[in-house]
Amino acid sequence: MSSEELDIKPEDLLKFDYDPPKQDWMDPSVAFRKGTYCYSCAPKHLEYLEMANPREWQPHDKDWKLPENWKEIVFEGMRDRLSKYRSFQLFMDICVRCGACADKCHFFIGSGDPKNMPVLRAELLRSVYRNDFTAVGKILGKLAGGRELTEDVIKEWFYYFYQCTECRRCSVFCPYGIDTAEITMMARELLNLLGLNITWALEPAANCQRTGNHLGIQPHTFKDSLEFFQDEIEDITGVKVNLPISKKGADVLFVTPSGDYFADPGTFTLMGYMMLFHEIGLDYTWSPYASEGGNFGLFNSHELMKQLNAKIYAEAKRLGVKWILGGECGHMWRVVNQYMDTMNGPADFLEEPVSPITGTKFENAKSTKMVHIAEFTADLMKHNKVKLDPSRNDSLRVTFHDSCNPSRAMGLLEEPRHVLKSVCNHFYEMPENTIREQTYCCAGGAGLGTDENMEMRMRGGFPRGNALRHVQEKHDVNRLACVCAIDRATLIPLADYWAPGVVVTGVHELVGNALVMKGEKERELDMRGDPLNEMEGDEDV
Amino acid sequence: MLRDLLSRKRARIVEKWFDVILETYPEDTSKFLKKGKDPFANPVRHTILQGVEGVYDALLKEGQSPEALNDFLDKVIRIRAVQDFSPSQALAFVFSLKGVIREVLGKEIRENHLHDQLLLLETRIDALALRAFDVYMGCREEIYELRVSEVKRMREQALRLLERTDRVFQKRKEDEDAPSRDS
Ligand code: SF4
Ligand code: SF4
Repeated sequence: MSSEELDIKPEDLLKFDYDPPKQDWMDPSVAFRKGTYCYSCAPKHLEYLEMANPREWQPHDKDWKLPENWKEIVFEGMRDRLSKYRSFQLFMDICVRCGACADKCHFFIGSGDPKNMPVLRAELLRSVYRNDFTAVGKILGKLAGGRELTEDVIKEWFYYFYQCTECRRCSVFCPYGIDTAEITMMARELLNLLGLNITWALEPAANCQRTGNHLGIQPHTFKDSLEFFQDEIEDITGVKVNLPISKKGADVLFVTPSGDYFADPGTFTLMGYMMLFHEIGLDYTWSPYASEGGNFGLFNSHELMKQLNAKIYAEAKRLGVKWILGGECGHMWRVVNQYMDTMNGPADFLEEPVSPITGTKFENAKSTKMVHIAEFTADLMKHNKVKLDPSRNDSLRVTFHDSCNPSRAMGLLEEPRHVLKSVCNHFYEMPENTIREQTYCCAGGAGLGTDENMEMRMRGGFPRGNALRHVQEKHDVNRLACVCAIDRATLIPLADYWAPGVVVTGVHELVGNALVMKGEKERELDMRGDPLNEMEGDEDV
Repeated sequence: MLRDLLSRKRARIVEKWFDVILETYPEDTSKFLKKGKDPFANPVRHTILQGVEGVYDALLKEGQSPEALNDFLDKVIRIRAVQDFSPSQALAFVFSLKGVIREVLGKEIRENHLHDQLLLLETRIDALALRAFDVYMGCREEIYELRVSEVKRMREQALRLLERTDRVFQKRKEDEDAPSRDS
């Protein structure tokens, strides 16, 4: 029997859901499919931060329990921000829809959802702006690309603005310099006015406000943790490193993200810092009150960001240090470089940072008084101030992921590479259009790195994963180094799914491995406590 | 021979098959997936194309190892398993190969009376579909695994933090106790 004798052809049977829905972008309806969005923040954290509309709710609920006058609140919020932030007004007006940014977002590339094109993401907000804030929109409405603000539009905003990692890759390609991340930040502020936020963006901010760090770790626990790592270092190297905490009058205050003393592999990097500072005899101090480099205020509102940032400077003032050194953190540097000066600056009470070891003046940090550890360490290495044995990293074949904020917000491109090349013999770059300013995001930044959002993270993580897979296949790369605590958490599942076998590492972990210390015993273990130069593979990170 | 036809028309068939897959995406997206050739700027296109080419060639080869076939299927399915598709939408592409082959080779198959061979080939495609189902489930399970291990990692870290502080506390106590024992 030939298939033509059958009444039904097999392909007919498959016709039922073959075509994608022909959806007009103006249609705001969103299906909240589990795995593709983050859960809401518990009311107690909103109460603590005195934020609007604390209540129990979830994005998959039908009723979001918005305040009665929610529309007024949003319009008022928009009006307020349009007059306060000139950039917001500009970004609303000047996009010519040239499309240069359209295919540059990792979420669009990986998901194939057109509303993840940065131009359309912005259009979700812009269409409402056009409808209600421009003369032509008020008259022509939909014809002029205007959209009425409805509850569905709010839900759509929530879905797509908490689906942007504020990574700014798109802005690199916009001829007008429109920064969609800034538009997302505005949209999130508006959503926050209605009590619409996500756990991982807000809870750490609340904890930070309360205890000084994202995890709510108290000062004595902070101190005990550092002492523990001091012991670990002694076990590995035989050297007991010094551990100054809250030392008044130290030269330098060191601030790093709490991920570094809480979670592997950050902890290995933290030991790397401690060893390095000890070895060069840096006069520095830790502080339990500035025990958080991260600033999740950035992902919520300008006010919150300002408060959290101010804590670091207040502590520097209290301790009377000369300047601040910051650890391997991503968005801390965006806050410091882009906002700190206008928000809380100038920090006149501090001195212009100069390396006490090499005498180098850190010109970039002249006004913020805060130096990135990669710059500090690269400078030490350029001046041959540390003794290194890169062969201790010989089993590692390393590539470097440029974290969005250090690369795009502060141009920190060469320094971490200089450090890596100094401490290991096998270093390989991923393809040019996936690194440096064009780096692809880990897809878990800006509060999106929660487990319930895993499917969306894997979509957005594909462009990075694909480039990683490429160097894994071509050069046997087995380590992915980065200088960001969020990356050190979010890249782990990304690598597991898209390039299984590649292990995530901080840069100073590899420094710790290679650093030859005065009085050290013969090194047999790496920072992870594993035998040095054992081939990877049996590692279960 | 059907096999010869399939090899001769490989380029046409693979191209059509690939197009059918691209059409499962919204219009703006399929336009993008069609045009950008850079494997790193447009990784979905690149990877899916690699996958379907590999699957097609493996299908024609006698005695192809199942692992190789799975690897090629994995390229396509790993991506579609996390995109906004239901399971049937994600996997329909396997069956659509049948339609594509009939469309491209229909005339020759009729003229050369190759229906028996076509049936055989379609049976192989059905087997491919079953295999695809396994690969799909494997990917979905991985996603759940990743979720679970992330939560576990967090919990373990918190426990380790407690352990660490406890160890430091114990040690401090020992140190404090030690001299009094001596005296
Ligand atoms: S590149 Fe700039 S001007 Fe062009 S569409 Fe994107 S945001 Fe608008
Ligand atoms: S900032 Fe990043 S995540 Fe947001 S739209 Fe631009 S590229 Fe996408």
